[in-house]
Amino acid sequence: MKNVNRSIKTALIALIVLVVYAYGFDVTQVNMETARQPRRQESFVRILRALAHPDIITYEQTEVVVNTPILIGCPAGGVDFPEPDKDAPYMVVTPPCADPNTEVTVEGFNFAANVNGPINFIPPSGVTIQLGNFQTDNSGYFSQIVELPNRQPTPETQYIRSITRTRVGGPQLSRNGEDTWDKIIETVFLALLATTFGTLFAVPVSFLAAKNIMKDVVSPLASVALSLIAWPVGIGAGWLAARWAHQISDQFGQTTLLLIAGVIISPLVAYFAMRIGLPPTDTIKPTTTQRLGRFGVLLIAAVAGLVAALLLSEVVSRFGEALENVSWLEFMGSFFVSISDMVSTFLGLVVALSVGGMLSGWAGRIGQWMTETMSISVLKTVNLFLAALAGAFVALVIAGIVEWLYQYQNPWIVFGIPAVVGALIGLLVAMRLPHKGSLPVGMAIYNFVRAIMNIMRSIEAFIWAIIFVVLVSTGPFAGTLALTLHTIASLGKLYSEQVESIMPGPLEAIKATGATRLQTIIYGVIPQIVPPYISFTMYRWDINVRMSTIIGFAGGGGIGFLLQQNINLLNYRAASTQMIAITIVVWAMDYISSVLRERFV
Amino acid sequence: MLRIQNLSKIYDGGVQALYDVSFDVPKGQFLAVIGLSGSGKSTLLRCINRLVDPTEGKVLWNDQDVTAASQEELRRIRRKIGMVFQHFNLVHRSSVLTNVLAGRLGYVSPIWSLIHRFPKEDIQKAHAQMERVGIGDKFKNRADELSGGQQQRVGIARAMMQEPELILADEPVASLDPVLAHSIMQHLEKINQELGVTVICSLHFLDLVHRYADRAIALNEGRLVFDGLPKDIDDARFKEIYGKEAERVG
Repeated sequence: MKNVNRSIKTALIALIVLVVYAYGFDVTQVNMETARQPRRQESFVRILRALAHPDIITYEQTEVVVNTPILIGCPAGGVDFPEPDKDAPYMVVTPPCADPNTEVTVEGFNFAANVNGPINFIPPSGVTIQLGNFQTDNSGYFSQIVELPNRQPTPETQYIRSITRTRVGGPQLSRNGEDTWDKIIETVFLALLATTFGTLFAVPVSFLAAKNIMKDVVSPLASVALSLIAWPVGIGAGWLAARWAHQISDQFGQTTLLLIAGVIISPLVAYFAMRIGLPPTDTIKPTTTQRLGRFGVLLIAAVAGLVAALLLSEVVSRFGEALENVSWLEFMGSFFVSISDMVSTFLGLVVALSVGGMLSGWAGRIGQWMTETMSISVLKTVNLFLAALAGAFVALVIAGIVEWLYQYQNPWIVFGIPAVVGALIGLLVAMRLPHKGSLPVGMAIYNFVRAIMNIMRSIEAFIWAIIFVVLVSTGPFAGTLALTLHTIASLGKLYSEQVESIMPGPLEAIKATGATRLQTIIYGVIPQIVPPYISFTMYRWDINVRMSTIIGFAGGGGIGFLLQQNINLLNYRAASTQMIAITIVVWAMDYISSVLRERFV
Repeated sequence: MLRIQNLSKIYDGGVQALYDVSFDVPKGQFLAVIGLSGSGKSTLLRCINRLVDPTEGKVLWNDQDVTAASQEELRRIRRKIGMVFQHFNLVHRSSVLTNVLAGRLGYVSPIWSLIHRFPKEDIQKAHAQMERVGIGDKFKNRADELSGGQQQRVGIARAMMQEPELILADEPVASLDPVLAHSIMQHLEKINQELGVTVICSLHFLDLVHRYADRAIALNEGRLVFDGLPKDIDDARFKEIYGKEAERVG
């Protein structure tokens, strides 16, 4: 009985497999019939042959043009052309005059041996008609019978022209070869930049997406609610602070002297304020006044640091502008200008986010303190209130995004209803959750970051390129941005898995010394993950080079752009060159990355 | 003075590691914790500095409730409790000096330490601690270049950087050979006797318990089954602690 059952099971599985593959063939339109058509096979062979002759190399050529006169329609007095120069290549046409559509013999003498070229007919209008081709023998002689074109006889002299081209000098890159070289260099650097930017973002993200780090992050409800409220407030405050710092640095930037003074003074102020505000050790618990004093000094340090960063970027920008005037250093100059432009653009964002994070951290601590000190009945009320407020806040932020995307222009409905619903959800959540207990905030963040990364990763870089082309127009920068996004998502995942697989022992030991979470990461986690991070980054560069060949298809720059153009123009010989270049680069990258990995890991 | 009151721990999977354990440790005592592997020794030690959160019961240290401490207070408590591990738990790719300095992380300003900046005194102290345990010349080496015995000394130096009042040693010599084991135990003994640091040390070998401990407690499947002087562990007691099949070695 058992055996029968098993046989039936096996048969059933076989049947299912059969059906699955049959359907697969149908869906993917597997069809050998088309491939057997002679027309397709001819095209296929033609393309293969074109691909086998990549357009990489050309030679410089000299043209030897020989003209010999001819008349269409013989005049009464016969023809009397001057004797050709017998030392140079010359041609003889017999007969020297003939009716249209009759055949004449063209003979060539003193030509180079074994060359070929066209025989053209040049009427007085100058519009060339090709009559045929010639091929000289070993002694530089040819004889070719051609048919004269159908033209009205005229008394004007017309010409038969032969053109031979001979190579001079060594081989050199063809036009297509040069373009390919330019674009492949562009591709490699596109990949390098995307990998660099991507890594910069992926490293912090990877900690947020690592379970072993995030699962210990828990806080009570009051703390979560306060942090949620503090985030947008902090971001707003940070944004304002950044703008304020911008204004201060603009003041300094008015004269060079002030600028230089500012660049020197502001970092010093920041450094010494930090020295005062951050005592090297905290053996005794600071008093409230001390804390407030330190906070004030640190605030000064932060503003000074911000101004210093802005001034420095201004100095770098001016230095870059000066360099741009030196022709061979122009690219360095524009690099400095771009870097400082990026710094001043993103500094506001960074400051806003970090102030948001800091404020949210403090708010969280206040919530923690409230949870620990308040009596349960007071805490209950406070929690209900805070949760409702936080719910409304979150709902408003989401509503703001929705409004921005869809532009309903109806503030009462767009903001009012979500605020009320959010507050209600907050109340409900607060009523259901324990008031003193801890919520797994870390795991919530972990899942959120993972989800975002999965979405980002599932959208191909190719599609990101299409979106970024709209923002920064076609070109390699769009490709860089697209690849950067994809790199963040996939490296974030790979990195976070590395963080999850580190040895827990050292982490435990660092924690046991009384280190904060951030210290634990810096001293316990980071030293352990350096080798795999390097190795994954190298691997990613390799992947990015390969992907950037495709990104050009969407207008993202790099060699893909050229490849697509040539394929669309049916210029397979040129496309072949690009394919070869891609292969070589991928090959080289693979080799280099394996060598570097061996050295560093 | 450390006071453990009715401590129980049930792990998430439902495994109960400790059942209602209570005992006191007076200041300056060298207490050995014995028991089979899996008897709850590690859990007990980790409940004291809350690397593991106990499910029930209290840990009172100098009259402060460790189990109810906030994150900030816990940090201040932890930095006074050094910990030494069976597998040393050094950060392999960091230098010995960095590993030792990590013992100061509870004291130094978090922000300066993020860029690996430590006060001069701390660096001097680190060198002094490394001298103490006889690895003064190894400070530049990567931690994983050291032998097992040397690594455990780094572990002790790291714990000593905390200026601890209590050292928790979780089977500190279980992965070392007998000669090294004695050398490590002697370091702990010296710290205990000369500096008056309380030491709670879980051990496998009874001869080490007899030789170094002032007092021993024994756990069997999470229950406290013995609390007394090491010399009081006779054959009957031994079978009670380690089970009927057990035989004495060493």
